[in-house]
Amino acid sequence: MPSISREEVAHLARLARLDLAPDELDHLAGQLDQILGAVAQVTEVAADDIPPTSHALPLTNVFREDEPKVCLPAEAVLGAAPAAEDGRFRVPQILGEEG
Amino acid sequence: MNSLTRAKASELAAAIKQGEVSAVEVAQAHLDRIAEVDGTAEAGVHAFLHVDAESALAAAAVVDQRRAEGDELGPLAGVPLALKDVIVTADMPTTAGSKILEGWRPPYDATITTRMREAGIVILGKTNLDEFAMGSSTENSAFGTTRNPWDLTRIPGGSGGGSAAALAAFEAPLAIGTDTGGSIRQPAAVTGTVGIKPTYGGVSRYGLIACASSLDQAGPCARTVLDAALLHTVIAGHDPLDSTSIAQPVPDVVGAARRGAEGDLTGLRVGVVKELGGEGYQAGVEARFNDAVALLSKLGAEVVEVSCPHFTYGLAAYYLILPSEVSSNLARFDAMRYGLRVGDDGSRSAEEVMSLTRGAGFGAEAKRRIMLGTYALSSGYYDAYYGQAQKVRTLIARDFEAAFAQVDVLVSPTTPTTAFPIGEKVDDPLAMYMNDLCTIPSNLAGNASASFPVGLADEDGLPVGLHVMAPVLADDRLYLVGAAVESAYAAQWGGTLLEQAPALEGIH
Repeated sequence: MPSISREEVAHLARLARLDLAPDELDHLAGQLDQILGAVAQVTEVAADDIPPTSHALPLTNVFREDEPKVCLPAEAVLGAAPAAEDGRFRVPQILGEEG
Repeated sequence: MNSLTRAKASELAAAIKQGEVSAVEVAQAHLDRIAEVDGTAEAGVHAFLHVDAESALAAAAVVDQRRAEGDELGPLAGVPLALKDVIVTADMPTTAGSKILEGWRPPYDATITTRMREAGIVILGKTNLDEFAMGSSTENSAFGTTRNPWDLTRIPGGSGGGSAAALAAFEAPLAIGTDTGGSIRQPAAVTGTVGIKPTYGGVSRYGLIACASSLDQAGPCARTVLDAALLHTVIAGHDPLDSTSIAQPVPDVVGAARRGAEGDLTGLRVGVVKELGGEGYQAGVEARFNDAVALLSKLGAEVVEVSCPHFTYGLAAYYLILPSEVSSNLARFDAMRYGLRVGDDGSRSAEEVMSLTRGAGFGAEAKRRIMLGTYALSSGYYDAYYGQAQKVRTLIARDFEAAFAQVDVLVSPTTPTTAFPIGEKVDDPLAMYMNDLCTIPSNLAGNASASFPVGLADEDGLPVGLHVMAPVLADDRLYLVGAAVESAYAAQWGGTLLEQAPALEGIH
């Protein structure tokens, strides 16, 4: 049975870019532990020599001709953005002060 | 013909073609019905998140005009449809049931949206779902729960509860669902409607907001098997815009539905999956399932028991594979290019804004699954969890292969229970996940599956579904079996199961 600490849950939340309130962390820690305990059942199946399946269809690469096509109008795309400026997405600062 | 809102899609299309009724009249009748029973998040069925009367009537008027000009109309031209709000539409908002996409207007139409418009299908609006199609009850929607038209205190299934409830409430004769672990079939079962999950890759995913890309599949929902087949034919087929789309002809599902309705299944080999029944299954569900199996024999099918030993591990493998893909797919909701942005006050970095937005914009189940996936994919756990789950996926596909070497289709109940009360499982994720026990193996293996109504459970009078599973690209077998069962029960009941549903009171 896995046992997942609140600290580990907080670390996962940081990795997943999820700002969680303290009570959410507490609640999730208990639930994740319970769910992981249940899904750990997959480790009971002896499957050393079994190849993994990542996808229902045995497709590899799908190619097409590299032909220019009309793309979506910039204004339609930027119109759905939270903020836009000078024909571009406006985003908060990406680099820190020292960057 | 019955009243316009009770008619089959095929009957409506024929009547429009003959000029007995206009497409605008049909659309208006359904808009009136929605106004009468759909209500709001607080009361009524609440199947729809968005109804667009103006664009529906305009689309219907185009069909009427084409008819007036002598154009040959397709088999569903002028028929109204309810579209699950996870399929993008350029003329209507698309939310995926999430606050993070509230009010978003996609800049393009999904391939299936385009195909339905070209077929003259009239899109009435967008239906409710669990956030990003993750759930079995619609209780994970950010915009309130849909209520089951059979009993408004109960769940309509999920994630596509809005689409199934719209059919069962006679708000639309056709709907679109998407199925990642059972989201078309489980709502169909608990609302007494028909829901088909086509073979993975059979219907384009272009413009379907991704939950788990290797499992997601859009498909038709309807009140009758033939109507579902007609819709299947409109939306299926190769799409160069989806790299996982199958470049092969669409199975003749309409022909199969017509043949099946003749009620002769002689020569068909049916396997009852031993592992999908017994403990944890409601008595009334098992009773109706057993009746349906007896009916299949009576119609000429040869019924045997089949073992699929790894199906038992399907749920566990699914709840590793699915969250892993979800954690990756939902990374695109980063507050930069579309949707919600929280905390951008000039002092915070992009990373802080991203984190605040996702914390505020995602609901509890989305967060749970993102966290589970992040864990399962993290170094140190990858091999034990995600890697092992992928091997189990191979074993489940092999179980299907071995079974389909002996039989033409497999059957089980669609869900272990009938519709449960709203609120009963909302904070008990493991209990909620059990709803998908029978439906998940087909998503993992990618084969075609469906749910058809087979009666009401004795203890609660609520609908039960028969789950039929067919091999990859043998979708037509689902329709053959479904139509045979449907016509035999129609003779027995004097109509469809939905005609036994209690009348809904108007919301006024």
